[in-house]
Amino acid sequence: MPKLYTFLKYFFVVIWACFVIAPFLWAISTSFKDFNSVTGGATYIPWLQFEPTLDGWSVLFKPGSQGGINIIGPYFNSIFVTLTASLISIVLGTLAAYALSRYTFKAGIVKNNDITFFFISQRIMPPVVLSIPFFIFLSSLGLLDSLAGLILVYIVLLMPIAVWIMVDFFNRVPREIDETALIDGCNPFQAFFKVVLPNSVPGMLVAGLFCIIFGWIDFFFAFILTFTKVQLLPVKIVALNSSITPWWSLSAAALVSVAPLIIVAFIVERYLSKGNLSGALK
Amino acid sequence: MNFKHKYVFLLPGLIVLIGILIFPIIFTVRLSLSGWNSFNPGLDFIGLKNYIRLFTDDPRFWQSFFRLSFLAITTVFLQYIIGFALAHMVWKDIKFKRFFRVLFLIPMMTTPVIMTVIWRTFFHESLGPLNDFLSIFGVQPPWLSSPGLAKVSIIVVEVWQWTSFMFLLMLAGLLSLPKEPFLAAAVDGASPFKKFIYVTFPLMAPISIGAIIIRLIEASKIMDTVFVLTSGGPGTSTETSSFFIFIKGLREFQMGYAATASFTYLIIMIISLTIIVKVLTKVLMRE
Repeated sequence: MPKLYTFLKYFFVVIWACFVIAPFLWAISTSFKDFNSVTGGATYIPWLQFEPTLDGWSVLFKPGSQGGINIIGPYFNSIFVTLTASLISIVLGTLAAYALSRYTFKAGIVKNNDITFFFISQRIMPPVVLSIPFFIFLSSLGLLDSLAGLILVYIVLLMPIAVWIMVDFFNRVPREIDETALIDGCNPFQAFFKVVLPNSVPGMLVAGLFCIIFGWIDFFFAFILTFTKVQLLPVKIVALNSSITPWWSLSAAALVSVAPLIIVAFIVERYLSKGNLSGALK
Repeated sequence: MNFKHKYVFLLPGLIVLIGILIFPIIFTVRLSLSGWNSFNPGLDFIGLKNYIRLFTDDPRFWQSFFRLSFLAITTVFLQYIIGFALAHMVWKDIKFKRFFRVLFLIPMMTTPVIMTVIWRTFFHESLGPLNDFLSIFGVQPPWLSSPGLAKVSIIVVEVWQWTSFMFLLMLAGLLSLPKEPFLAAAVDGASPFKKFIYVTFPLMAPISIGAIIIRLIEASKIMDTVFVLTSGGPGTSTETSSFFIFIKGLREFQMGYAATASFTYLIIMIISLTIIVKVLTKVLMRE
């Protein structure tokens, strides 16, 4: 019985690993092909089945005037928007989460849990529902097609995540920590910044990682709210899909764009193994 | 504790969120009562006409909604089963534990639209590797151009993408479980199967509920995958609510009607999610 289980375990894990890795291997192989190798049918192994070229990769770094795609600008835009929105969301979300975890709010029938739910419920809203009013909202502010406008929208997207993770986290940080600080003569702000915050770094890191993931992988808002001046990476790459699809540069661009977040997978795994994540993520 | 301080902590976040959202929400409601379209752009007032049209004369909206429910429930169910199984498998002794853990986490870190672009080439009828492999068996299914298989393709991509998120939540949950119940089970000589049914699964119930609800919320927004993989096609056979609203509002520019659909959709979602939470809690928390 245990033997059968062990066998099934390895069998299933290996199958899933192949499934996870398949699109990446396919993309890597495709990125070294040219027109003829792509249209000649599916091939996998360079040199053996097709003659590899670097065209797909070199075109990414040429400016548009030379027939290139130039993803460097969108790349930095994506990084800037994601990091800024994540940072603002973490700061505001952590403060709000601390209030919701430590104090009691009551206004009519609205209590702490309802406020927490209000924050988190923003995730229910499909991007498309918000995109039309946001379009009009941002154009009236003159923020359409700008980084600032996108950051504003991404805060709505990311703050719920920060609040969700941090409320949970603060609920696990013993109250005695703040109470001791208050007895020692700190006011609530000093207690928070000097005592609670230093103890909350693991939680904030996890919240930050999640904000970065969900900011980086968003497509729809960037797709609707920006046009030419500001382009984010996913929009740029999907735009390639609509023309006569150059599979090779598409694959190369896709690999370049998912690469940075794969590092995040390693960080998250480290946290898991050290047991820090389980506390911050119920 | 002091009365005023709590507002200094809470209000910045709350005000920013409400400040950004208040206009879009009010505007959506107002827009849903107008006939704004490309011929007649403007906030006129046509009462409940749009709502009457939606409820009595638009099977396409309801079809897209039921299709969405089907896709969301199917994918989340699969993600839960597979994610929980994988988490359980790499929880304890397994060779290359950390390698598998990292690998299983990767899909959720990748941008859905971009990976879907890759998947689209993967599913390509004549040039993709999937049909290249299947041609060994003499079949070449039209993955993206038959209504049934297009849904299967979307489910495959969604499961690939988001099982890793379920895996993460479940693994984090497993790693945070207390040790004592397992020791007790070991003392009683429980078989691995019994251990799972009587110890692991009940202990994981609250985490399971949380994870399923988070995933259902996210899955109800299925849009990126559909947009790139099939564009709702063939015909409208893979159109989901989000995609329907997108077509109406931002392709046909029936802004007023799209807002009506959005608002109706939101209300239905909030009600059905509340019911789902209640039901799940009842089923999974049963002693």
